Amino acid sequence: MNNINSSDVIVFVCAGLLIILLLFGFILFFIISYRHKQKDFNLLQTQKQKIDEQKVALETTLKELKETQDQLIQNEKMASLGELTAGIAHEIQNPLNFVNNFSDINIELADELALAIQKPINERNVQDEESIINIFKENEDKINHHGKRAAAIVKSMLQHSRNNTGTKEPTSINALCDEYSRLSYHGLRAKDKTFNATLETSFDPSIGLININAQDIGRVLLNLLTNAFYATNEKKKTVGENYLPTVKISTKNLENKIEIRVEDNGTGIPETIKNKIFQPFFTTKPTGQGTGLGLSLSFDLIKAQGGQLHLQSKEGMGTTFIIILPS
Amino acid sequence: MKILVVDDEQDVKTLFEQRFRKEIKNGEIILAFAFSGEEALEFMNANEHEAVLILSDINMPGMSGLELLKHIKEKFEKPPPIVMMITAYGDKDNYNEAIKLGADDFLTKPVDFIALKEKLKTKTQ
Repeated sequence: MNNINSSDVIVFVCAGLLIILLLFGFILFFIISYRHKQKDFNLLQTQKQKIDEQKVALETTLKELKETQDQLIQNEKMASLGELTAGIAHEIQNPLNFVNNFSDINIELADELALAIQKPINERNVQDEESIINIFKENEDKINHHGKRAAAIVKSMLQHSRNNTGTKEPTSINALCDEYSRLSYHGLRAKDKTFNATLETSFDPSIGLININAQDIGRVLLNLLTNAFYATNEKKKTVGENYLPTVKISTKNLENKIEIRVEDNGTGIPETIKNKIFQPFFTTKPTGQGTGLGLSLSFDLIKAQGGQLHLQSKEGMGTTFIIILPS
Repeated sequence: MKILVVDDEQDVKTLFEQRFRKEIKNGEIILAFAFSGEEALEFMNANEHEAVLILSDINMPGMSGLELLKHIKEKFEKPPPIVMMITAYGDKDNYNEAIKLGADDFLTKPVDFIALKEKLKTKTQ
């Protein structure tokens, strides 16, 4: 032991000190890294919480967006009903005028007949009396016909505003096309007095009843027709006097399918936007005039019936929309 | 007096024939009908001097009543037929336009036939 010299002691002490220092360093490193980890963990925790909150917020927004979309679609339906109102008023007014007029006449005829049959037998004119009775009956038929016409218009109006029940019923496509072309024509006429267009119809009589959701197809027809009239109206503003705005609606019986064409000689659709027009919210109308949902909704409604909606258009020449429905 | 009634509703014919049944029977009035502006012009070309009075609807597909009025007032000078316009929309624009184009009177649907008969008497006297 006496061999241990002082330099050795210094070495040992130094080594011991180094070890202690290292140990201390390790401990310090661990403490610091633990603190870091703790901090990271806390950070992660707060981040996770934030993400959770954002997720909830996003879900709420998505739900709100879906609700807004539903609301917009419903608004679109109601807006198109609003556009119809003037047309409906006109279409109901006409048959009601006939009902009122023919029933007035029948009151007069009944009075006339009452007077006639009170005459002494030798003064009575049976032929005249029979003629009055015949006219009376004819008028009654007219009253009946026009009353039913008005009722049918009210019925289709109610169907239009009602929420989609998804029921398919055997429907006369030709009658539906005729009804909606009249409604949209008179709607536009009533709204813009300066406007006039020729409405041509050509219905294939061999089309019988087709099993479809009439109110949905009606909605599509209304949309396509309103667009068609709008396109001719726009063209008239630029072309002027010599232009004859014409909208044509026609039906055709194809094998296992039926085709409805809505044709106009209006402004046409430029190539560049042809692939956009069925997208929701796409519109070329000035702000506030179109929702951009009409054609997108139409496309979906036709698809839901197992049909197709096609477009043919040439800028400046006109547009044709073709509906294909399974029969 | 021959009256040409122009309206795209077919039953207007029956209605007028009935409303003027007595006048027709007495021979006071002869009614003719056209179901479009184009048809009315054809009738006018074929029977120029016959129709004294024209009663026309304004809202018709194709040639509107106002266009018909313009043609009639431009083309048929002697004798100038009396033209009365009828519309379901009794708005100012239509009224002003009709008067500007030379319409002799302006009626609103539903037509008041008693008032119309009074007007016919005064117009043709």
